[in-house]
This record gives sequence, structure tokens and C-alpha cells, in this order.
Amino acid sequence: MAMTSLLASASGPAGLLPAREQMALSLGWHIILACFGVAFPSMIFVLHRRGLVHEDPVAIGLARRWAKVSAVLFAIGAVSGTVLSFEMGLLWPGLMGRFGDVLGLPFAFEGISFFVEAIFLGIYLYGWDRMPPRRHLMMLVPMGLAGIVGTFCVVSVNAWMNHPAGFRIVNGAVVDVNPWRAMFNSMVWLQFAHMWVGAFMLVGFVVSGVYAAGMLKGRRDEHHRLGFTVPFLFATVAALAQPLIGHVLGLQVGNDQPSKLAAFELATRTEGPAPLRLGGLLIDGHVRFALTIPRIGSMIARNSFSEPVQGLNTIPVADRPPVNLTHISFQAMVGIGTLLAVAVALFWLARWRKVDLLASRWWLRFAVLAGPLAIAALELGWVATEVGRQPWTVWQVLRTTDAASTNPGLWWSYAGVVTVYLGMTVGAYVVLRSMARRWRSGERDLPSPYGPGAAVVDEAESAAAGSATGSGR
Amino acid sequence: MSLAAAVAAAMFAGVVLYALFGGADFGSGLYDLTAGGAVRGGRLRVLIDHSIGPVWEANHVWLIYILVFFWTAFPTAFAAVMNTLFLPLILALLGIVARGAAFAFRKYAATLPQARLFGAVFAGSSLITPFFLGAVAGAIASGRVPLHGRGNLITSWLHPTSIFGGLIAVGTCSLLAGVFLTADARRSADEPLAERLRAQTLVVGLVTGALVLAALAPIHRDAPTLSHHLLGRAAPLIVVSAVAGLATLVLLWRRRYGIARLSAVVAVTCVVLGWGFGQYPWLLVDQVRIAEAAGARATLVGLLIVVAAAAVIVVPALAYLYWLTQSEPWSHQQATEPAR
Repeated sequence: MAMTSLLASASGPAGLLPAREQMALSLGWHIILACFGVAFPSMIFVLHRRGLVHEDPVAIGLARRWAKVSAVLFAIGAVSGTVLSFEMGLLWPGLMGRFGDVLGLPFAFEGISFFVEAIFLGIYLYGWDRMPPRRHLMMLVPMGLAGIVGTFCVVSVNAWMNHPAGFRIVNGAVVDVNPWRAMFNSMVWLQFAHMWVGAFMLVGFVVSGVYAAGMLKGRRDEHHRLGFTVPFLFATVAALAQPLIGHVLGLQVGNDQPSKLAAFELATRTEGPAPLRLGGLLIDGHVRFALTIPRIGSMIARNSFSEPVQGLNTIPVADRPPVNLTHISFQAMVGIGTLLAVAVALFWLARWRKVDLLASRWWLRFAVLAGPLAIAALELGWVATEVGRQPWTVWQVLRTTDAASTNPGLWWSYAGVVTVYLGMTVGAYVVLRSMARRWRSGERDLPSPYGPGAAVVDEAESAAAGSATGSGR
Repeated sequence: MSLAAAVAAAMFAGVVLYALFGGADFGSGLYDLTAGGAVRGGRLRVLIDHSIGPVWEANHVWLIYILVFFWTAFPTAFAAVMNTLFLPLILALLGIVARGAAFAFRKYAATLPQARLFGAVFAGSSLITPFFLGAVAGAIASGRVPLHGRGNLITSWLHPTSIFGGLIAVGTCSLLAGVFLTADARRSADEPLAERLRAQTLVVGLVTGALVLAALAPIHRDAPTLSHHLLGRAAPLIVVSAVAGLATLVLLWRRRYGIARLSAVVAVTCVVLGWGFGQYPWLLVDQVRIAEAAGARATLVGLLIVVAAAAVIVVPALAYLYWLTQSEPWSHQQATEPAR
């Protein structure tokens, strides 16, 4: 990813740059699937329940389809999450070797929630028509709960990296380890809320966007209307809550990580009241191309009309993050989040005034675009917080240069990871597209092409396959 | 038992369970690969989809459990293993990713050529993963992972113990999968398929048994610490494993598939336990003992709380899943769906 190449450091160990690239790619890829794991079961639950309670065949049909989609998405989510587990050690032995027993406990609890999610996913996917319908529906509940616990646990580790707690360092040795205090550090609740709500935004906008695209192509039936509305409702609540959570989280970042806030706000020197600098870049130590609005910076970042925002001039050069990438990512995230919040408010306001925006092609186009925008906002948010924490892996405790592997062969594994993730992306795209096509053509159960339900294909293939029997596949 | 040993035992229980359940899932790759063309192999591939589809993700989580326990309880040793065994680990990881993704893709592939491609990836990667994980075990057990600094990236796992470890892992996974698939084929009333799987599994069982015997002498030379205990305190386990392995073959021969599953599980459990008892009290053989490698005490206590939570939450849920998959309505590959 281009963003990490900006962080290239001439002085780091041989594995530093490829480790960063590989981590950014695999984390940035997995986070999208993780969002589906967290938020999708709740949306399926709403439809499935509606289908059962109101005997609504459209809702049940959607739930059946989404279950099959989640079978594909959760599978690649599970394996790409495993990649991250390995990478913690393969790429960052300096972090895990030294702090594994400080930060590891939430991962262990996350293991439990992963178990619960995987077990009930298996039951739910294969339980269709094999279990009493009500009990089958209830299998989604543990999945939703596991999503909450899992998000909390994983984000807890990241929050600990931002706000390390639960240990002391005496003469270079890590002592007085208290993993519970590390797990429940002061950053965790806000960061968890931000991510959990962000997952619902991402999935809500992406899924509703798929049905908006269908409506744009003239498929304006109840199926598309419901398929749009349910995820869009989730996205609405999330998009309206997110600016508040983000604001409170930003206030805490200002208190705990002044260099990150300075980069967010493009504050080269301490100013009070600080202005808001929209856009702009730091070039040769000077802010260029920024739209400067007086006083608003203090209001947004410090909840005050006068309190200063600490400038980069107070931070030693060696401890400053890459400013431009942090600043642009942060403001782009805020910008997209604000746009989406305004858009959902507008939609329901119009609905209240009896105007159905779903009739407008422009609105539908925007609704399609909202999916990629929500993904971009989530990725940009992670770029802002991760790059903004640099040069530290563990804030003011462990530098990234000391955390990274010294393995010079990491470029090879990075190349491998790029290839594999490209393959998985193409595979998922091809398979999901063909599933949608088969559904549209009236198929329902999507039997495997080699299975008993695919007799036509079998016969067509039998001549060729018959002569090639035993020659493999 | 000390606190560190208790946590190590909990972690190793995860290794045993992963070898059994994850192993049986990976082992199905061999039968998928050799199932033949689209028509001849179709029924077996559908059976594999149906047998491992509901459970493979849950079984896969044991690996996450092992990794998490390893780095949380024994952080320095974890970093050492990751540093030295980078290559076999990343190749195993490649197999894990390709297997899971291709398995899901194949089930919903629209055309036969696509299904063939995904199927080949699924089956091939199902074979390489156990091999490299077995090689990792062999490297640790033969004392080639130094606690500090990086051991040789190649020779640390290219030696008799690792190679045999990898091959035995592939063999035991395939044996487990063969026995389970044979039983599943009979349960779904497909006796011809069961017959075919029975014959294949018998061959796999004989080859695996021969591998284990052939490995004894090289491992004795290559990994003296491990082999000393294998012939000492772990010897009863090895004997039980051999007896259970033979019993599995006899039961398969006599078409007693249900009970053959039990003896196969006993045989593989004892092989893995034998490795564990063989290298105790070392965490990394000849390099660092479990007690020396342990992290902070408070964290070890925390991990035992996680174990207790898993026993209350995960074990009943897993039991429910397995019970469901063995129940009558789940035994049929096509669910009886209401008419459109």
C-alpha cells in the first residue's frame, strides 16, 4: 500500500518496510470482512425474524441469500484473520516477544468469541430446514454477541498500543504485569464503540448500496426495497451516532497523544484558540493550501473556545508522526462520515415529508457510492490512528523500528501476501457475482456444479470427464 | 503441577484437539484430490462439502487458540519460533488461507471449470498445511529453535525429524478423514462410495503405520532428547497408539466404521500426546523449559480463567454442533426444503 511506503525509514531493520506493507495490506483487507462478521448477523436476524413472524416470503428469501453470502465472506474473513495472528509473531517479534504476556489476554478472550461465532455460523448455515425455525433463528444471537465481544477484545489491544497500561519498565525489563489493566485501559471503551458502530456503517451502506444498484437497473420490487431498507436503517443509526463517538474519542486523543492531535489538526505550533485547517499539506515546515477557520479547531479538538492545540514544535523531531498522511486521512474520514450522516438524515427527513428519495436516480447513485465511501472512511480512520501513533508501536514505550522483524526475506512473503489477497479478492468477486446472477435467473439453492442437483452440467461434462477419469482435475 | 505447566497443558490440549478435528478436515483433501473427474468424483466431493462444511471453521479456531496461548503465556519462545521457523510457518499459513477460501468458493462456484480450479486449490493446500505444521513440530522437538537470535531458516526444518513429522502429520490427518468420511458415506446410505473410501483409507492407514515405524531410527539419531523420552515415559502411549492404529485397520476391514472412528481418534491422540510427553519439561527442546519460558504470573492466571470460560461456553456449543451434524435431519445432503 502506498501509504506505508511514505513511512520508509532509512534507519530501521531490514524487515521494517516490508513488515509495515504486509501488515497494512492484510489488516486493511481483513477489517472489511471483520465488519461483516460483526454487523451482518444482526441484519440477517431482523430479516429472518420478520420472515418468520409476519410470514413474509420476501424477507425469508433475503435472509436465505444473505446467509449464503455470509458463508463466503466469513470463510475468507476467518482465514485472513488467521493471517494476522501469524503476522503478529512473524512480522513483529519485538512487540510480541517483549509484551506478549501484557497484551495477550484480550486475544485469548477473542479466541472464545471466535469459537462462538464459528460454531453458530456452522449451525445457522446448515440449519436451514433442518431445525425448528424459531430455534434456528436464535442461532444468530450468539453470533451477534460474539461480534461485540470480539470487537472489544481486538480493539482493546490496539487501544493498549495507544494507551499502554498494566505494566512498568524497570531497567529495560517489563515488570508488574497486570493483563486486566492492560485489557481495560482507558482508551478501550471509546475506541471499541467507534469501531463497532463503524462496522455497522460499513456493512449497512455496502449492502443497501447493492440493492440501490439493482433499483437503478429497474428492479424495483419488494425484494429490493426490503433489501435496501433494513441495512440502511442500521447504517442510519450508526452514521448518526458515529460523529458523537468520534468527537469524544478525538478529545481523549488530544489529552493522551498530543503529537497525533497536532498531525490531525496540522498544528505546526501551539495556538490557543486554535484554528481549523481544512485540507492543506505541510510542505517544508509550512502549511499550504489549507482553508483556515479561526477558533473552530479548539472547539472541535478541545471542546473549548480558547484552549490551545499543542503544536508539532513541542514534539522532538524523532517523535513526530508522518504529518500529511495522518492529517489528510483523518480529515477525509471526518468529511466522509459527516457527508453520510447528513445524507441519512436527509433521507428520513424527506420520507417524513412524504418524499421517497428511492424514486430519484440521483439518490440511488449516491446510495451505491455510499458503500465504497463507508469502506474508505473506515480504512482512512485506521490509517489516521496507526500512522498518527508513529514512530511508536506502543505509545512512548516501543518504537516501530524495535518491534519489526530483522528478517531480510520479508519482501518475499509480502509479494506472496499480495498475490494471495489478489487471488482471494478476484475469487470472492467472481463467486459472489455468479451467485447473484444465478439468483436473478430463478435458482434458489445454488447446488454445486459437481453435485447431484447439477445433473445437466454432469451430463454435458460426462463425455469429457469420462475419458479423463483419474487424470485429476 | 506448576502454574506454567498447567497453562502449557491447556495449550497442548488445543494442539491435540486441532490435530484431531482440524486434522480430519485437512485430511479430506487427499480424497478430494484423488476422487477422479467431475462425474466420478462428484458424489465424494459433495460428501466432503457436507461433512466438513458445518464444522471446519469451528475446528480451525483451535489453531488460533494455540497461537494466542503461545504468545500470551510464553512470549519469548513464541517470538523465537516465529523468527526461526518463518518459512514452514508462512507456507502452512498459505495453505490455511488457500484451503479455507477455495473450499467456500468451490461450493458456490457457478461453472465446472471454476469448481475444478477452486477444488484443486482446496485439495492441494489441504495437504501442504499439515506437512508444514508437522515440520514445525519436528523442528521444535529436535531442539533446532534457539531462544535468542535466529536459527537457520532452512536447516532448522529440513532434517529427518521435521520431514517425518510433516509426513506423519499428513498421514494421520488422512487416516482420520478417511475413517470419518467412510462412516459418513454409509450414514448417507451411499454404500459404493463407502466401499471406495474404505479401500483408500486402508492403504492410507498402512502407509502411515509404515511411516511411523520408518521414522523411529532417524528420529532416534536426529532428536536424542525427544527419542529418549519416547522410549521411556511416553512408551505406553506409543504402544497404545500402535494397537489402536492396528485396531482401526481391522475394524475398517470388517466394515465396522462407527467404532473405527473411535480407535482412529485414540491412535492419533496418543501419537500427539507422545510428542508432548516426549519433550516435557522442555518448551523448545534443549533450549528452554516451560517454567523458564513462562510470562507474568498474573497473565498465566488470566489464561486459566480463559480456559474455564472456554469450558463453560465453547465446549457445550461445540458438542451441540457435533451432535447436530450427527443427527438424523442433518445426515442428508439435501435438506428437505419446502416447495417454492
